[in-house]
Amino acid sequence: MAALALPKRRAASGGAGPLGLGIATLWLSIIVLLPLAAVLAKSLEGGVGGLVDAITAPSARAALLITVGVSAVVALINVFTGTLIAWVLVRDDFRGKSLVNAIIDLPFALPTIVASIVLLSLYGPRSPIGLDLYATKPALVIALAFVTLPFVVRSVQPVLMEVDREAEEAAASLGAGGWTTFRRIILPSLYPALLGGAGLAFARAVGEFGSVVLIGGGIPRETEVASQYIAKQIETDRPASAAAVSVALLAISFAVLFALRYATSRRER
Amino acid sequence: MRFLSALAAVLLALVAAACGGSSDEVGGGDNTAAASSETTSKLSLVAYAVPKVGFDKVIPLFNQTPEGKGVSFSQSYGASGDQSRKVEAGLETDVVNFSVEPDITRLVKAGLVDEDWNANEHKGIPFGSVVTIVTRKGNPKNIKTWDDLLKPGIEVVTPNPFSSGSAKWNLLAPYAEKSNGGQNPEAGLAYLEKLIGEHIKVQPKSGREATETFLQGTGDVLLSYENEAIFAERNGEEIEHHNPDVTFKIENPVAVLNNSKNAEKAQAFVDFLYTPEGQRGWAEAGFRPVDPNVAKEFAADFPEPKKLWTVDDLGGWDKVNAELFEPETGSVAKIYEEATS
Repeated sequence: MAALALPKRRAASGGAGPLGLGIATLWLSIIVLLPLAAVLAKSLEGGVGGLVDAITAPSARAALLITVGVSAVVALINVFTGTLIAWVLVRDDFRGKSLVNAIIDLPFALPTIVASIVLLSLYGPRSPIGLDLYATKPALVIALAFVTLPFVVRSVQPVLMEVDREAEEAAASLGAGGWTTFRRIILPSLYPALLGGAGLAFARAVGEFGSVVLIGGGIPRETEVASQYIAKQIETDRPASAAAVSVALLAISFAVLFALRYATSRRER
Repeated sequence: MRFLSALAAVLLALVAAACGGSSDEVGGGDNTAAASSETTSKLSLVAYAVPKVGFDKVIPLFNQTPEGKGVSFSQSYGASGDQSRKVEAGLETDVVNFSVEPDITRLVKAGLVDEDWNANEHKGIPFGSVVTIVTRKGNPKNIKTWDDLLKPGIEVVTPNPFSSGSAKWNLLAPYAEKSNGGQNPEAGLAYLEKLIGEHIKVQPKSGREATETFLQGTGDVLLSYENEAIFAERNGEEIEHHNPDVTFKIENPVAVLNNSKNAEKAQAFVDFLYTPEGQRGWAEAGFRPVDPNVAKEFAADFPEPKKLWTVDDLGGWDKVNAELFEPETGSVAKIYEEATS
């Protein structure tokens, strides 16, 4: 509240001060930048050629392609289901709504290996509903959709709450149907949130390990995702190859997040 | 809002902690019941993936002896090679138990285990097993011999030999038969090339994980330790095992680390494994005892195969490891590399 009372210019220019900046930089360096630099250095132990060889080895390439493909599908699914869920939570009133609202965050709080066990017991070989998806790509999609559920919902929800209802009503009074109103009035304001949420969901799915480790089966070139491949390389004493594929994963995640940021900021301008 | 973000931070920390703790190695299975007596000492045991059932039986027996009174254990189980590399990298422990001797040799080379670790009458091997063929209940595909594994369409589950000791034994068994104990390596390798190239799809990292994978429904055949098959059958799993007429003797070594802070108790524990009580414990858990008298008591449980090759028949582990399993140069390593890279 005090911040609001300050003159606007000071609030914009008066940052956290040199100490704050220093601590932020130090923290980022220790937690993020230095370890990333270390893994990059490790992956380059065998030279650039070694890095490329490690990433393009058939099973490494397959694992990366599977990871990116499945993650893209999951992000797309999230865009639809996430928006729908956010819509229901914002616009509809029903009994137990706050409970549903709380459940959305459960995949965040649940250890991902627990998610894998839960899914295995429902969609595994001993499925009570007779649906055995063990070691198939649909199983990967379900597991990743589970852990990435909150991202789109939570980024769309607040934006949806802010949407100008009067504009909607105006559109309706001018004869626009429900779908047209959604497409022309609401969707444009949702774009940044949707892109951001989808990007986060994708990046999270790309690196996910715990939730797919049991249900995915880890069959090389079929359901083995990149993180499982990396773990396997470590366990079989090939740290350089593990580092190389890690760097590839990092680059993919970073590129996607960066591209989405760029797209969002261009739209906003 | 501030409260919410604090809550979020706490939740995130919890998730991180929970994820960290959920790696598949079973750590810290503390035997606290025994820690109540006045002299408590704690031993740390790092072992390969499947002998947990055995130690679960043998540790309480050890605690009943005068030397073992009040000794508690922290235990870690995982893929043999992986576990050995962790100890080599500095994981502090007192007793190690690996699936294959080279995983101990690695620690001898690192100066962590004394060179004379296998000087006792059983050569540092307190228990063992044989390689067995596990199938679904009723053996629907009628698989009993090593040749049956190469029938068209049969999918075989066996772990990755670069991390697992079990995998090495599993590959050595048909190799020994086909190469007539290493006389004709080409024939043995030709068999393995077919087996690995056409019938092995998944690569679990340990024998334990291979069993889990098979029980989940992957594959027609699981190659494994006889003790692991017995364990799964006793758990009521829908499987059965057949020891092929010609198979391989599995010898699982145990050693004390020379930097153990509790070397006396650690040695006492290892010595106990060879006593008749300790041997009976292993036998009851499905492992083949090395004490001939105890072996006689359990002869009915552990039928002698017609022909049992040993690693000594193939020239010992140094030779076998260098020729077959050494990454990049070993023949089996090359076959694996080709089939799975």
